[in-house]
Amino acid sequence: MAYGEKVLDHYENPRNVGKMDVNDSSVGTGMVGAPACGDVMRLQIKVDDNGVIEDAKFKTYGCGSAIASSSLLTEWVKGKTLDQAAEIKNMDIAEELALPPVKIHCSVLAEDAIKAAIADLHEKSSKKIAS
Amino acid sequence: MQLPIYLDYSATTPVDPRVAEKMSDCLTQEGNFGNPASRSHSFGWQAEEAIEEGRALLAELIGADPREIVWTSGATESNNLAIKGAAHFYQKKGKHIITSSIEHKAVLDTCRQLEREGFEITYLSPDDNGLTQPAAIEAAIRDDTVLVSIMHANNEIGVINDIAAIGELTRPRKIIFHVDGAQSVGKIPVDMESLKVDLLSISAHKMYGPKGIGALFVRRKPRVRIEAQIHGGGHERGMRSGTLPTHQIVGVGEAARIAMQDMATDNARLIKLRERLWDGVKDMEEVYLNGHPEYRLPGALNVSFNFVEGESLIMALKDLAISSGSACTSASLEPSYVLRALGRSDELAHSSLRFSVGRFTTEEEVDHAIVQVRAAVEKLRELSPLWDMYKDGIDLNSVQWAAH
Repeated sequence: MAYGEKVLDHYENPRNVGKMDVNDSSVGTGMVGAPACGDVMRLQIKVDDNGVIEDAKFKTYGCGSAIASSSLLTEWVKGKTLDQAAEIKNMDIAEELALPPVKIHCSVLAEDAIKAAIADLHEKSSKKIAS
Repeated sequence: MQLPIYLDYSATTPVDPRVAEKMSDCLTQEGNFGNPASRSHSFGWQAEEAIEEGRALLAELIGADPREIVWTSGATESNNLAIKGAAHFYQKKGKHIITSSIEHKAVLDTCRQLEREGFEITYLSPDDNGLTQPAAIEAAIRDDTVLVSIMHANNEIGVINDIAAIGELTRPRKIIFHVDGAQSVGKIPVDMESLKVDLLSISAHKMYGPKGIGALFVRRKPRVRIEAQIHGGGHERGMRSGTLPTHQIVGVGEAARIAMQDMATDNARLIKLRERLWDGVKDMEEVYLNGHPEYRLPGALNVSFNFVEGESLIMALKDLAISSGSACTSASLEPSYVLRALGRSDELAHSSLRFSVGRFTTEEEVDHAIVQVRAAVEKLRELSPLWDMYKDGIDLNSVQWAAH
């Protein structure tokens, strides 16, 4: 299986690899996938006071396409509001990376990851309001 | 050093130059191109002579009578012929077959087909080392068992089953014993004189012969009968019709001759190379050898690097030609059925690499591979959330995964 240029690029030069403090109230963490499927993505976003994503970090256990999908996602969400980030569709990722049909599910997982991170933030802020 | 470095000899081998030379003498007008079944002229007679020479050499390699060799298009066809052929011939005696769950697809899919025809198949699980224990076979034998099919050496993890012991169980009970020898014939000694094996599948392209030719050993004493799967002319004593490819068979013969000559020295060298490779990675954290450490093919090594996924490893190891037991490298999302059958967790099954060294592998290549593998594993672990969690002391089995 020959790898797409962009997929290889994300492996050779991954963007935004790392970890944020899960307990930070301005950090949303989305962990999706399962070792059984061979795909686990952890996506973290940090929002500023205006609800704009100022930083994003990821770590992925998975094939090259999965790594590239999550890496690309961290690039795209920076500077977006949570609502804008929630609009990112997996097919946008798949097209950008030229993923073959058998790898589309990697982009789906990335979309799930950002949605999970956003949901985590919402939950944190509603807990804050509640307390 | 030619890049990428070929470390996938279990998948296929290049044709030995000596084999290629012999084969090319049987192609064009100046060569031995006749149809071996043409009895009326010297073109046919010469081709037939070459065929019988090749047949005798292959027979000698496995301690068999030349009349016990049936040429096929490869081990897949041999497996089909053996299993379907024996099952159909002996079905009046019973319709139960025993095999293992980690056989090659050529055996498993053939068994599935027989199930559709009304046969009952028992798929035995291997032990933690990947071996099918004779005791497990004995326990599964029933009054209506007619066939046992167990591979000699496993293609994924390289472990070698004790087929001598299994033969001691089947022969007294008059159960036909088929062995898929695709990964063992030509690589390790196989002696049909002492083994109580009735049918043996042989693959040429695993032993530096050409692709597209193989054989099935069919025992004469005691006599084993099989129903032909391909009809049309009655070649190979009626067991497999079709014009015999002189160039292919001459190639197999030469490959067999070289194997007999060089097996011992080749294997000593291969074991050293394999151990060199293993020594170069085994001291890394969370690295696991898949399969029995000793009862294995000289050149085969299957290793899991925990918390790193196999396909991403292969992508990172672009200078190496290897294969993985990872799902991503197969069409489904499931990890290698062989590794799962060993009881390996999903992460370890997804994280495996199969290395196989061979006749043309050099020390320099192995050393380069070691450097690359270490660097790739380290880099991918930096990207891995599972490695993070492991380092933080989290037990991954306790996590609730949000799989979709």
